Amino acid sequence: MKNRYSIFSLIRNAFSYHQEWPPAWRSPEPKKSYDAVIVGGGGHGLATAYYLAKNHGMTNIAVLEKGWLGGGNTARNTTIIRSNYLWDESAKLYEHSVKLWEGLSQELNYNVMFSQRGVLNLAHNQHDLRELSRRINANRLNGVDSEFLNPEEVKKFCPAIDLRGGGRYPVLGASLQRRGGTARHDAVAWGYARAADELGVDVIQNCPVLGFESHADGSITINSGKGPIKAGKVGLVVAGHSSVIADMAGFRLPTESRPLQALVSEPMKPCIDTVVMSNAVHAYISQSDKGELVIGAGADAYISYGQKGSGHQTEHTLAAICEMFPQFRRVKMMRQWGGIVDTNPDASPIISKTPVANMFINCGWGTGGFKGTPGSGWTFADLIASGEPDDMNAPFKLDRFKTGYLVDEHGAAAVAH
Amino acid sequence: MLLIECPHCGPRAETEYAGCSEAHIARPESGGLDMTDAEWVEWVFWRKNTKGVYLERWNHAAGCRRWINCMRDTVTNEILATYKAGEKPPKIADAEREYKF
Ligand SMILES: Cc1cc2nc3c(=O)[nH]c(=O)nc-3n(C[C@H](O)[C@H](O)[C@H](O)COP(=O)(O)OP(=O)(O)OC[C@H]3O[C@@H](n4cnc5c(N)ncnc54)[C@H](O)[C@@H]3O)c2cc1C
Ligand SMILES: [Zn+2]
Repeated sequence: MKNRYSIFSLIRNAFSYHQEWPPAWRSPEPKKSYDAVIVGGGGHGLATAYYLAKNHGMTNIAVLEKGWLGGGNTARNTTIIRSNYLWDESAKLYEHSVKLWEGLSQELNYNVMFSQRGVLNLAHNQHDLRELSRRINANRLNGVDSEFLNPEEVKKFCPAIDLRGGGRYPVLGASLQRRGGTARHDAVAWGYARAADELGVDVIQNCPVLGFESHADGSITINSGKGPIKAGKVGLVVAGHSSVIADMAGFRLPTESRPLQALVSEPMKPCIDTVVMSNAVHAYISQSDKGELVIGAGADAYISYGQKGSGHQTEHTLAAICEMFPQFRRVKMMRQWGGIVDTNPDASPIISKTPVANMFINCGWGTGGFKGTPGSGWTFADLIASGEPDDMNAPFKLDRFKTGYLVDEHGAAAVAH
Repeated sequence: MLLIECPHCGPRAETEYAGCSEAHIARPESGGLDMTDAEWVEWVFWRKNTKGVYLERWNHAAGCRRWINCMRDTVTNEILATYKAGEKPPKIADAEREYKF
């Protein structure tokens, strides 16, 4: 790589007061045509471009982003990473992703701050306990690390929890995935962008896609904010706006876009060194390296494209957090925001060909796609390059909403993130 | 939080309502056994996800417990009209507004 980041480059640049670092990626004007164009410069789109270039040698490609890199859900999420999903199809995809996370900083030469601090999923009642045990067994059969903790073990692992949960949310047990954790969200977008740029990919910001025109030779003209761009293949990865982009291309999706909210508190001294999730009450919490509590809420009931949700969602989450962590009652919340998540009827993504020739879509990651970023980019690049589904992405075809062969993660694992 | 005007009870907080989903999705006439797979999945899974003016239904669960319809702009969340189940959506002057991205 041209400008490898290392301890030495850090020292070298200290002499010029860090004023002379070269830009991490170019900002080229779009060419007239590309072999492939990725629409959407979130983590998933950038990862797709990177693996197309890296694994498939496709370097005459571009990523078109209507705003700035990672301005969507990439930088709005609570960054929980895990792979303890129930079904075989999901386990394969998310576990592949976690494996990629484990080497990602080295692979990209960019510190994505992947921290395997463990992810706890709490059980508050008998039903939760049974579901939890079932999922742990399924995880283990799929080679995904997953273990059961009884209440005493939970307390030992995360002393901050009040096991009585204020009487409302008693902790009866938990699943623990020790390899799960968090990462730095912006760094994921920036790291993939820089590494893709290095391989020759044009990363183009402030370039909204406005429409498509298919040609007899199979190519597609993209009508963009920076003029028409011809593409041999097109990959759509626009998360919350998937239905809008599908509409432009003339096909339908079963996807619905909803607000999902998160909050961070004032920074505090380290007090919680793992990730705690409670699927039943839609509350999850971790502490950032800066010391802020990072808290995620549940998705709203209604469809919306305005990046804000209803106040009662966060109120509900904070109420539960206060029961489980009474010491946080007096903590002040500093910021709150929403992102628009693309949810599918079975809470699993669509990674698929579309009714339009040479056009592919990757969407529906909903409330839990950050963890999937590397695996999603990897398998979507495989699909775009070969044009045909393979073992990993075939279960996530769009036509499962015609055949009924769902990957139903709903009540199982993907309720939250 | 949305303030939704129930046509039976008046303006009520969103938290009184449940079960938001697309309005005017009729169960196919043919009913159960003789429904084709295509009809069935269309009814079960396929919904609009409009960016702009959208018709949805809510159940006034903590009120009169009736289903009602609501016309809402999904970008601004402005509620343009609510009307009873079974009624047609009212004509709204700027219901044509569209957002592209
Ligand atoms: C509050 C919140 C908390 C979350 N917590 C977690 C979590 O803890 N763990 C987890 O795994 N997941 C979580 N998620 C989900 C996760 O953030 C998403 O599934 C994932 O980020 C989506 O993929 P992406 O990064 O590519 O999307 P985005 O970053 O949204 O990228 C899509 C991009 O497409 C662009 N775009 C849209 N339309 C066009 C157009 N017409 N032309 C050009 N570009 C266009 C957008 O500007 C955007 O940059 C959370 C989400 C939210 C909102
Ligand atoms: Zn009512």
